Amino acid sequence: MKMTVSQAMVESLKKENISVVFGYPGAAICPFYDALLAAENAGEMRHILVRHEANGGHEANGYARITGRPAVCIATSGPGAVNLITAIATAYADSIPLICITGQVNTEQIGSDVFQEADITGAAEPFVKHSYLVKEPEDIPRIFKEAFFIAGTGRPGPVLIDVPMDVQKAVIDYKYPDKCEIRSYKPTMKGNYVQVKRVVKALEKAEKPLICIGGGVFASNAQMQINELANKMQIPVITTMMGISAFADDDPLFCGMIGMHGVKRANYAVNACDVLFLVGARVGDRAVRTPLALEKTTKIIHIDIDPAEIGKNIGADIPLVGDARLVLEQLIELSKPLAHDEWIAEIREYDAKREYAPAPEGTLQPREFIKDLSDALPDDAVICADVGQNQIWTCTSYAFRKGGRLLTSGGMGTMGYSVPAAIGAKLADPERQVVAICGDGAFQMSFMELATAVQHGVDIKVVVMTNTRLGMVRELQTIGYDDRQTAVFLDGSPDFIKLAEAYGIKAVRAYDESSKQKAIDLLKEPKGICFVEVVVDKDMPTL
Amino acid sequence: MKHTISVLVENHSGVLSRISGLFSRRGFNIESLAVGPTHDPSVSRITIVADGDEHTVEQIEKQLNKLIEVIKVKTFAKDEFLARELMVVKLSVSAAKRSEVMTIAEITGAKVMDITLSTMTLELCATYADLCRFEEVIEPYGIVEMVRTGTVAIEKGSEVLNPKK
Repeated sequence: MKMTVSQAMVESLKKENISVVFGYPGAAICPFYDALLAAENAGEMRHILVRHEANGGHEANGYARITGRPAVCIATSGPGAVNLITAIATAYADSIPLICITGQVNTEQIGSDVFQEADITGAAEPFVKHSYLVKEPEDIPRIFKEAFFIAGTGRPGPVLIDVPMDVQKAVIDYKYPDKCEIRSYKPTMKGNYVQVKRVVKALEKAEKPLICIGGGVFASNAQMQINELANKMQIPVITTMMGISAFADDDPLFCGMIGMHGVKRANYAVNACDVLFLVGARVGDRAVRTPLALEKTTKIIHIDIDPAEIGKNIGADIPLVGDARLVLEQLIELSKPLAHDEWIAEIREYDAKREYAPAPEGTLQPREFIKDLSDALPDDAVICADVGQNQIWTCTSYAFRKGGRLLTSGGMGTMGYSVPAAIGAKLADPERQVVAICGDGAFQMSFMELATAVQHGVDIKVVVMTNTRLGMVRELQTIGYDDRQTAVFLDGSPDFIKLAEAYGIKAVRAYDESSKQKAIDLLKEPKGICFVEVVVDKDMPTL
Repeated sequence: MKHTISVLVENHSGVLSRISGLFSRRGFNIESLAVGPTHDPSVSRITIVADGDEHTVEQIEKQLNKLIEVIKVKTFAKDEFLARELMVVKLSVSAAKRSEVMTIAEITGAKVMDITLSTMTLELCATYADLCRFEEVIEPYGIVEMVRTGTVAIEKGSEVLNPKK
């Protein structure tokens, strides 16, 4: 069928079951927006106008994580595309499938530094799984097919498609390919049988086995399988930050998050175990600070779909390349039920009684607030934690039950992620309660997205913990730099309640027991956008 | 330790920048890099000589394999491959020294490509190490300009690096 490339791009998105896109227009992407309008008018596509391209990328990120499929964000050439890079890098670090469409200046102008020209495929190269600069209009259907395939399979990640304006306007004979064949891209899905048998044997022989799950469990949708295997073999489970909420907190096998900011129990378990079974976890530096020491004392089994992750940060005694879900299914079939009561009891001795640093009058204890919030929200609530103290408070204090979900920028640690990610998550599953939790630093990096939520009626709940500080950096300066505090004071911040109200959003400031209850009641409301400020002491510790 | 790595890639624009970017980004040291077409017009072949320990080379291979346009990666085992590099060198040579340079060329197998009243330009195709030795020998005659291609390599014997396998 004859149509313009722009129309072909929209048709291709429809073929990939895309019905929501996040973007910000500009001159170089206008032809595509024109074609998008027709699809919007036909009720086939919904365009969410973001307030900054990076936030558009984070919104697509939240959307992709909840749907489990690639999500689409759009930016124009030059500054629009360059703004998107933070979101691309964030998605890349957490292996989130994104399709990033950017406009580019006319083909014959490329390389001549014309207005709003940027070499975005070059600039984003370190952060993409793959990228395309479209030169031949006829290539568009194949490129879209490939882009979705590459973004969503294997180790997921962002794929960038840069389309010059003249290409967008060209007319082609459109036919969407049924499948794509990339000779150099064939991810290993099923685990090698011999290796799978070795894993089963090692787990069965272990006296103190431990499972550590990471973001790969979500990428392969293996939450059910990991629960089944852990329960069948009675192996305790710890998570990295990216693995939080893949295993229910109230499961007796669950031992919490490991790492620099993790819980004592999990860190004890990882040091005391004799076999450590890593599932879709890359053993980042914040999770395991001394992998070399651990590797010496512990037998390491490592499942990852990305062969490059195995042996990168920690040596593996039994490497196993494959999709976590498929490999776990193989393991479930071959393994037999076991019991490790003594080992579990040993770890359980480290069950920490919740002791919170006291909160001075007029402020709330943030971890207690988060704990109470988790008790009040439905089991399947989606919590988007930002970066900084608020992230650690959320990760260690929110009790995720079965069906719950944490979204956070684990790898890149991108401030300002939570509010846009919440918008994306809410659009992906409007029935679920979605709460963004951030600090007053991160919030001021992306609060313009409140307008996006209001404009498009996205009922997110926003919690901002205010201490007029960049709390985590402040703490770092206190501990590591003899308390020489610098550049961490957020004086000049607005009255956040008034700010929220200026957007027409219902807002509550929580600073004592009664206002706290009011705040939690407001956050429980299924309908409407709401805003809660939690006043926190400036010296509140992270742990 | 030095490693010679052959990489078969899709003959697309931008592939080389992805590969060189990968090396600098991940802190891998490239000693030389040579790229050219193959008998299959859709495939280019890149030969990289890189420095690093076993772990580094394993990571280089794995990271290269992650690039979508990389079809095949092979690190050659020591002494199991044939390697060549081309050197073209311009010497400042007066008439008095010409015959000495000619003798060196004859012994080393270098060819004289060009000659002027004050210069001689030689070419030599050999291994990296042989070229280094050659450079040492001609250095006293006054090198004014030198260019080397970087190593290309192929496996010894009947084994073939095949994009389809």
